[in-house]
Amino acid sequence: MLFFIETVISGLLAGVMYSLVALGFVLIFKASGVFNFAQGVLALFAALTLVGFLNGTTPFTHIDNPAFAMPAWMAIPLTILVMVLIAILVEKFILRHLVNQEQIILFMSMVGLAYVLEGAGDIIWGSDVKVIDLGLPQGAWDWLLDTHGIYVEKIEMVAAGVAGALVVVLAIFFQKTRIGRALRAVADDHQAALSVGISLRTIWIIVWSVAGVVALVTGVMWGAKSGIQFSLSLIALKALPVLILGGFESIPGAIVGGLIIGVGEKLAEVYGGEVIVAMFGRWFEIDPGIFTATENWFAYVLALVFLLFRPQGLFGEKIIERV
Amino acid sequence: MDAMAQTEKSPETAAETPPSILSVNNIEVIYDHVILVLKGVSLEVAQGGIVALLGANGAGKSTTLKAISNLLYAERGEVTKGSIVFKGDRVDARSTNDLVKRGCIQVMEGRHCFEHLTVEENLLTGAYTRGNARKEIRDDLELVYTYFPRLKERRSSLAGYISGGEQQMTAIGRALMSRPTMMLLDEPSMGLAPQLVEEIFEIVKLLNREQGVSVLLAEQNTNMALKYAQYGYILENGRIVMDGPAKELRENPDVKEFYLGISEEGRRSFRNVRSYRRRKRWLS
Repeated sequence: MLFFIETVISGLLAGVMYSLVALGFVLIFKASGVFNFAQGVLALFAALTLVGFLNGTTPFTHIDNPAFAMPAWMAIPLTILVMVLIAILVEKFILRHLVNQEQIILFMSMVGLAYVLEGAGDIIWGSDVKVIDLGLPQGAWDWLLDTHGIYVEKIEMVAAGVAGALVVVLAIFFQKTRIGRALRAVADDHQAALSVGISLRTIWIIVWSVAGVVALVTGVMWGAKSGIQFSLSLIALKALPVLILGGFESIPGAIVGGLIIGVGEKLAEVYGGEVIVAMFGRWFEIDPGIFTATENWFAYVLALVFLLFRPQGLFGEKIIERV
Repeated sequence: MDAMAQTEKSPETAAETPPSILSVNNIEVIYDHVILVLKGVSLEVAQGGIVALLGANGAGKSTTLKAISNLLYAERGEVTKGSIVFKGDRVDARSTNDLVKRGCIQVMEGRHCFEHLTVEENLLTGAYTRGNARKEIRDDLELVYTYFPRLKERRSSLAGYISGGEQQMTAIGRALMSRPTMMLLDEPSMGLAPQLVEEIFEIVKLLNREQGVSVLLAEQNTNMALKYAQYGYILENGRIVMDGPAKELRENPDVKEFYLGISEEGRRSFRNVRSYRRRKRWLS
């Protein structure tokens, strides 16, 4: 039983990470109808920039200069500033010119953006694997280990806490503020939003900045776990099944979808083999270890099942139709 | 000296014709760089007046209104010739956001409420350009509710679930929240029961009188529009083919025949219809 709980908890914590990536997608998809393929690269770029500032790396030369190393309280706001700058550039050079274009054109522009950002990250900060040190706690959470015998990594708890806080802040921002209301209005009907004087350009910049901040959090959390390197940008692919599960337009959907996939993966990895053997072992000889490396495929299979039976996802926006 | 001369002169001109709040001068609109939709449209809206812009489907009414509000760029259209003057300033290159701040707002055709927002949130989005003046915005919300008491009852329902008439009221109320001096109403009667249409027009008239909102009204419902407007323009194939005081238009035999469906001499032959169209187009 204890082992089961441990599996679920570690699944939930991994799921939080997936949710974070998916969150960036949902934000942008809601406000500008763009499927932001570049979210993963955005996370990589944000993390690289932060590490660059922390280590005092001189851009383009990739040489660390401790004299320019910044403390975290300075590096983080500066990185956020860089993300806002990217948001402004994206609006100015991409979104503005593609108003009212086909979905596929917007999507291709995002693929392009992903490559540009990836290249820019390489050129500016170098392509070697970097270690991020924000002074986040490492190792097991002793209290839980001592009292209940459950092993949980501290960093995962921190990541879950940060993600939770981020979601609460975003929810308040969306529901209670003037800008948040305008964002939801744009998501609903951008023409009507335009007609009441909401500036789409401003809204896009805000949304991309928020997505940039979410990307920064994602990048730092994943980076702290497995180092900051190119493979970080591939987590964007992981967001796809999460979104299919949760629905492309739903923030709660992104969160729940991430958690389901996180837990599902871990459970499948640990118990899947046994279950299969118990079910079909009578007729076939099955290796109980067939469910390995679930993180590579389980989420996609789950997404396929969802596409068959509930294509709008768990929390997909209800299509309101008056009769 | 010049300024003096002008201030002396202006009361005189004002006495002759009421000052116009909006004037559109010979504008041409092209969509997607190739499709010519408006071929030189000019119109004036007097300060505090209600002006009707009439015409059949596809005549260019909505395009004219969108050109004024500068909503065309989102549809890949642009004004290529002519000028638009609002309150004495040229606004053809101004953004919609800027126009709303100056007091000119459009209520789009087909209501366009934010369906997943509540009625009250819909109204509040109308005050977006006014920043965070909470107290005043609260007061204006109450004002909107006095004009549309029905909306107060439904304030917390999602706008997607309310009736068509209520949605139209929400759309007008939302525009009102920006404290406009000029409202561009695009087919407020669309898809509504006749009784409801009358109710909405009455409210528009009331807003015009009590809040001093000038109105440019694009309508297919010619009969209703000419009842409430003081002046009317008739648009056909992207050109103004006729204009005049609403009373005269109502009595004009051609308008009667083609837009009001009343004929004095029974059916006319198709040839006469064609000659009418030709005549009107080139005379205007």
